[in-house]
Amino acid sequence: MKEKKKGYISYAESRQIIKYNKQQIRYYEKLKKRKHIPESEYVVQMRDENNIVEFDDLHTFFFTDTGTVKAVDGVSFDIPAHSTVGIVGESGCGKSVTSLSLLRLVQAPQGQIVSGAIRYRMKDGSCYDISKVPQEMMERISGKEISMIFQEPMTSLNPVFTIGYQLDEVSLLHIEGATKETARQKSIEMLELVGIANAEGVYKSYPHELSGGMRQRVMIAMALCCQPNLIIADEPTTALDVTIQAQILDLLRGLKEKFDSSIMLITHDLGVIAEMADFVVVMYAGKVIEAGNVFEIFDHPSHPYTIGLLRSKPVINKKVDELYCIKGRVPSAVDLPDYCYFKDRCDRCTAACGGKYPEFVWLSPTHKVACHLYDGVKEEN
Amino acid sequence: MEEKTENTQESTSPVPPKKQNAFVTNAKKLFQAGIPRASLQDYDKTPPTEEELKENILIVNHLKKYFPVETNLIGQPIRYLKAVDDVSLRIPYGKTLGIVGESGCGKTTLGRTLLGLYGKTAGEVYFDGADITDFGERQMNTIRKDMQVIFQDPYSSLSPRFTVGGIISEGVAVHKIVPRDEIKDYVMALMERCGLQPQYYERYPYEFSGGQRQRICIARALAVKPKFVVCDEPVSALDVSIQAQILNLLRELQTEMQLAYMFISHDLSVVQHVSDSVGVMYLGSMVECGPTDRIFENPMHPYTKSLLSAVPVPDPRRKKDRIILQGSIPSPANPPSGCRFHTRCPACMDICKEQAPVYREYEAGHSCACHLYPQE
Repeated sequence: MKEKKKGYISYAESRQIIKYNKQQIRYYEKLKKRKHIPESEYVVQMRDENNIVEFDDLHTFFFTDTGTVKAVDGVSFDIPAHSTVGIVGESGCGKSVTSLSLLRLVQAPQGQIVSGAIRYRMKDGSCYDISKVPQEMMERISGKEISMIFQEPMTSLNPVFTIGYQLDEVSLLHIEGATKETARQKSIEMLELVGIANAEGVYKSYPHELSGGMRQRVMIAMALCCQPNLIIADEPTTALDVTIQAQILDLLRGLKEKFDSSIMLITHDLGVIAEMADFVVVMYAGKVIEAGNVFEIFDHPSHPYTIGLLRSKPVINKKVDELYCIKGRVPSAVDLPDYCYFKDRCDRCTAACGGKYPEFVWLSPTHKVACHLYDGVKEEN
Repeated sequence: MEEKTENTQESTSPVPPKKQNAFVTNAKKLFQAGIPRASLQDYDKTPPTEEELKENILIVNHLKKYFPVETNLIGQPIRYLKAVDDVSLRIPYGKTLGIVGESGCGKTTLGRTLLGLYGKTAGEVYFDGADITDFGERQMNTIRKDMQVIFQDPYSSLSPRFTVGGIISEGVAVHKIVPRDEIKDYVMALMERCGLQPQYYERYPYEFSGGQRQRICIARALAVKPKFVVCDEPVSALDVSIQAQILNLLRELQTEMQLAYMFISHDLSVVQHVSDSVGVMYLGSMVECGPTDRIFENPMHPYTKSLLSAVPVPDPRRKKDRIILQGSIPSPANPPSGCRFHTRCPACMDICKEQAPVYREYEAGHSCACHLYPQE
């Protein structure tokens, strides 16, 4: 008999996976494509009236040919109104999928929101569960209520249309009674607002004629066109130089004040988080491992992964001989272990870490952490 | 070349220029518009002293790399993109020089020109005690094994059709570093040193993650026992935790193999961590260069100051009084007059718009090009 190779799947296994995926995808697609979805399914009450978004035990899975990838596996956190929530984590930790779930943009049919709720409070005060609302309603929410700034401005702008055409599209779709002329005025006004000096000229130009920073400004203008309640910024400055990054962050901060909206900022740069965010959520392998306000996270990082992340980044004017490094790498998203996912990379492992996945421990009313190191704290409280 | 053609024209044509037809005059005009090659070398050639050659592995004087952007009728360039304009630097044995700057400032072109991947337009290069300024392709091949490169993107710099062993051993076989039958053992030992398991020898690059691919790139560069490695943004495509692993590996290998690095990056905190000295580039030329401590504690050039203040610091309580530069980097094909930074400079004076500042040394090893400081 041949020894079973690790990391490879046999033909029989592969067929089994495909059969299971088909069944699952058919079930979830059917749920979504019903003609009449009763209101009672998606009209909900917020847990706290101050929150604009509440993620409640969200699960987003991808049914791939190599197995089910649990991209988001039980994520819960809140976004309070008028504040910035930063989400940090390495690539593949599910931070982008969380934000895409909020806009229902997860790549279907493989990607499905399997369970959990995303409660969202509209501008007019009514609350909906985004994961269950019908598609027509979603079209009214995305762009108008929640809008997104994507990571790469080059790939997210359409190269064959002018900037003006793409900006006008937003107003024509979402603002009632908008004509071509008013849409044009609105677009130029928005371009001026994001600090583009030659707004008329940029309006007529194509994306390839602009620099990276300018394109990102156009993306921001597009996102803010309808004065959304919530702006999702997915790595808005990763592709940019530091000087341009400072400009864009400054702009985002100013516009947030002006429109009184909230920002969900996704980044892997802890420096950007420290500067922008009020609350920080640290994610690892599809789960939230630590969350708290910005001072708690940076002053008393509690999870070994958060501590490692903070120590492994060189900081200007803080000399160290050798950088701390987290050994190993993020575990494969298919067949994750049932113990703590960070156990194999952690250098503060205890005997309890071999047991089941740790539950959240509240260190303060806003600061929670999922690690066995703090099991004792729970009993004291 | 220009002078030569002019001379031949004068001597061979008995007809006075007045009577030439329009085509010839036009062609001549276009011909003369070409920048004569001699003007690119309008400086005094000062060869470095014996001592300097002994101390430094690499000495570069007035290096220029121009790309032609417009040519005349007969294919002579009439306008250049000055990607690297008059850069001088030196790297001592076993030390690291960091190069920082925004994208499009010519830092990658500088690295590639030094390696001979681009032919240089003008300038002198001394490597490992020898003058390699006028080396041809064949002569370059003899010193190639001493200078290696690690590229930015580990996803596109590894051939997908070679196994890991093939990628690393190719250079070893070409340069005959070890006898043919020992290559496999040698490569496996090196792979282990770079944090790759030796059983990966027969695997293909697509089976690896970004961090591991970068380790393969490092192993490939170090396989031929180089003395000098150009690291062109080796960690900017990697995650924070993997970044730290690669930076630590590079540093360990440096002390072990006495390597000199030229570390190109746009991340100032990484550059401060790895470098002994730092050069700041803006639009093709060096604006400031000096020991790392001096640059970070006491920057002279306004551009360096604003770069430093733009870096986000992971401390929520830090005061956010930063210098935010307006606008973006101008096109290098059409650079501003005078000091190239004057369009964005917070301390711009009238003289900056007209006259380019002199790049000179102010303190031991700390040079700067700015009108804020005495020019003579």
